[in-house]
Amino acid sequence: MTKENCFHCDADCGSKPVVYDAKNFCCNGCKTVFEIFNENDLTPYYDLENAPGKIPEEINGKYNYLDDEQIIEKLYDFKDGDTSVITFYIPHIHCSSCIWVLENLNKLSSSISTSQVNFPKKEVRITFNSDTISLKQVVELLSSIGYEPLISLEDATVSKRKIDRSLIYKLGVAGFAFGNIMLLSFPEYFQSDEYWLERFKPMFRLIIFIMILPVVFYSVNEYFISAYKGLKHKILNIDVPIVLGIVVLFLRSSYEIFFDVGQGYFDSLSGFVFFLLLGKIFQQQTYSFLSFERDYKSYFPVAVTKIFKDRLEKNVAIYDVKKGDRLLIRDKELIPVDGILISGNAQIDYSFVTGESLPVTKNSGDKLFAGGKQISGAIEMEILQTVSQSYLTQLWSNDVFGNTKISGIKNLTDSISKRFTIIVLIIAFLAGLYWYFIDVKMVANVVTAVLIVACPCALALSAPFALGNMLRIFGRRKLYLKNVDVIENLSKIDIIIFDKTGTITNSKAKISYSGTPLAVDENIALKSVLRFSNHPLSRMLYDEINEDRILEVSNFNEVLGKGLEGKVNGFLIKIGSAQFVNIETENKLQTQSFVSINGVVKGKYIFENSYRNGLDAIFNELKDNYELGILSGDNDGEKEQLKTMLPKNAMLIFNKKPVDKLNYIKELQDRGKNVLMIGDGLNDAGALVQSNVGLVVSENINVFSPASDGIVDATEFKSLPKFLKLSQQTLKVVKISFVISILYNIIGMLFAITGNLSPIVAAILMPLSSITIVIFVTLGTNLLAKRR
Amino acid sequence: MDIIFIMIGVSIVIAVVFFMLFIKSVKSGQYDDMYTPSVRMLFEDEFVDETPETKKSINQNQ
Repeated sequence: MTKENCFHCDADCGSKPVVYDAKNFCCNGCKTVFEIFNENDLTPYYDLENAPGKIPEEINGKYNYLDDEQIIEKLYDFKDGDTSVITFYIPHIHCSSCIWVLENLNKLSSSISTSQVNFPKKEVRITFNSDTISLKQVVELLSSIGYEPLISLEDATVSKRKIDRSLIYKLGVAGFAFGNIMLLSFPEYFQSDEYWLERFKPMFRLIIFIMILPVVFYSVNEYFISAYKGLKHKILNIDVPIVLGIVVLFLRSSYEIFFDVGQGYFDSLSGFVFFLLLGKIFQQQTYSFLSFERDYKSYFPVAVTKIFKDRLEKNVAIYDVKKGDRLLIRDKELIPVDGILISGNAQIDYSFVTGESLPVTKNSGDKLFAGGKQISGAIEMEILQTVSQSYLTQLWSNDVFGNTKISGIKNLTDSISKRFTIIVLIIAFLAGLYWYFIDVKMVANVVTAVLIVACPCALALSAPFALGNMLRIFGRRKLYLKNVDVIENLSKIDIIIFDKTGTITNSKAKISYSGTPLAVDENIALKSVLRFSNHPLSRMLYDEINEDRILEVSNFNEVLGKGLEGKVNGFLIKIGSAQFVNIETENKLQTQSFVSINGVVKGKYIFENSYRNGLDAIFNELKDNYELGILSGDNDGEKEQLKTMLPKNAMLIFNKKPVDKLNYIKELQDRGKNVLMIGDGLNDAGALVQSNVGLVVSENINVFSPASDGIVDATEFKSLPKFLKLSQQTLKVVKISFVISILYNIIGMLFAITGNLSPIVAAILMPLSSITIVIFVTLGTNLLAKRR
Repeated sequence: MDIIFIMIGVSIVIAVVFFMLFIKSVKSGQYDDMYTPSVRMLFEDEFVDETPETKKSINQNQ
């Protein structure tokens, strides 16, 4: 049979696809989704995009807690009588088919009245009748078609964030005023002594004045606040000269209008504000589907299943569990608290926490840590700590998480603006002094003109546009940064610290075989046996063995936590731990599976973390300009191997707890270093926040990442040196544009000092300088990005 | 030329009306999601086209 890809999810169907309606499906799950869509007129789903679906996950009992009114109360956006509105975050939303099918949910259930997708945020907002359908049923409906929502503790604790739209309002006001004032100013620029114009002049000016008021008192209020704060801390930030310019512009123009001296500079003022706000919006590019502020709350479930003494199971909110309680953790559920395993076959996947991809087997009585995910059936555990006191979650009580990150590095624009402001004030003073002896009447005129023309419009625009554009370019290359400041910090890094597991290693394990090579029919037999097991290692091995034929297995037996055996084609296959095949093992740290055929041990499969492709090259490229280091929570088993890859002076530190990692970064910073931390798991969260720049490497950017300054897709990890270089070059572009904008200021200054700054000169100079700067930095950064 | 008073007045009023409409549209959330509507508007026809065909396949199922 030819290889076919699944009609629903595009996965390889293997040798035995499920055929339905003349279409191939990889599994029954996908077929079921197709059936649901087929019966409900929803097949255009497959026309919009090719194979857009996802295999629906098993959700047996996972959402039972949604029956509890108290728990779900906080999840609703709105609830009144029988009308309920709820917003779900659905990671799988990725294409137009997703939008289409989710907005046609009402075809699947008449109780759902409307549903609306917000694609950039990967959210769907559903309005449904809670009398005829429960929230649980809605969630199960979504899950059944492969769109399982992610409901986390965060949804239940954080009050719904309000969207801040004030910047758009401000820009709207400024743009409105700019356009109208410009038109109303024009007549006076062209002909000022014409009869009719003279007559209407007062009216024109009055309208202009009314329109400028909201601009000055509303649109720029944030600049006033920022300048005030700066002055209070004795910092001359860029907002100080901006505000100074705005105030002087406003006062002088008002004076000119009311005393009929001239027409004022209101058009320049409104244009200036408009450009400023435009720059601000431009640099505010956000990746709304990514969250950079996550903590453990985003991953932990809202409720857990508590087992009472009389074996009664009940869902309780996660904050209500106490020490000594017993919990039921189902398959694929997260362990929310530290505890002891009581019963069940525990295979814990700690990849959320450490990035380690291989599951760990635990026996009853072993300690389980919060953050692990159970992956083979249900287990029962007893709680040792409450949620907030668990090993992992304790990290978040550290002060670092309370403070907003203040970059130790001074902002480039601000450091220039300090000198700039001082120089401008000196020039204004000297010019005033000079004119005092020539013509006293001109003093006020010249001094205000100097301050107006010095208003650092172009200067204030260059950084937002250059960095904002770079942020977008990085985004296209799959490096998603939190904001533009990160680019600046990135350019000043001098030491790079890597986490080991999951960061410089692949999350997919490398499987190698050592021992007597297996014959083809032995391999087929082995694969046939593995097919029956759902153990993660078996699944990995099953995918690894490259044989197409599958044979009948008899006497199959799986010993939990040990291994499997079965009879195939005359072979007695046993695969599992050393103990299971009756041999001694010398290396207990390695994850390995022994294969025995007809009682003879043939060899073993070794599961190893492999380093990411091109890691050597990355280290090589970085070592000349940066200090490098490894900071790992693991044992130092791979120290020797890493030593050969890294330069001699690199620091290799192992066996560090999450809090130790944080403190280590702090220590480096106290020594004056600018640290870039690259990590991936929740155990790096502290270090990521503490470092000057914390980057997260993620295999799937939608699923998981701890709080950080940026997220880099694992496929682009190799471009790291390039990213660092680009950020440095961007800063260079900004510096060059500073020079250009100061040239403009000097030209304007010449007009001002000689007393020739007429409104029309200002009206030309101001937009001209802004536009050249914007064009220059955008072209400059684009060129840099192209050069690669 | 006094007509200019009316003209300016009218033009300002129109401008202000548009400005209010802008504010109203921002308030109602039109600018919160700039992407999805661009995809959504392409759907309507597609669905109408497909309806008869899918109906048929349902009948076959029954």
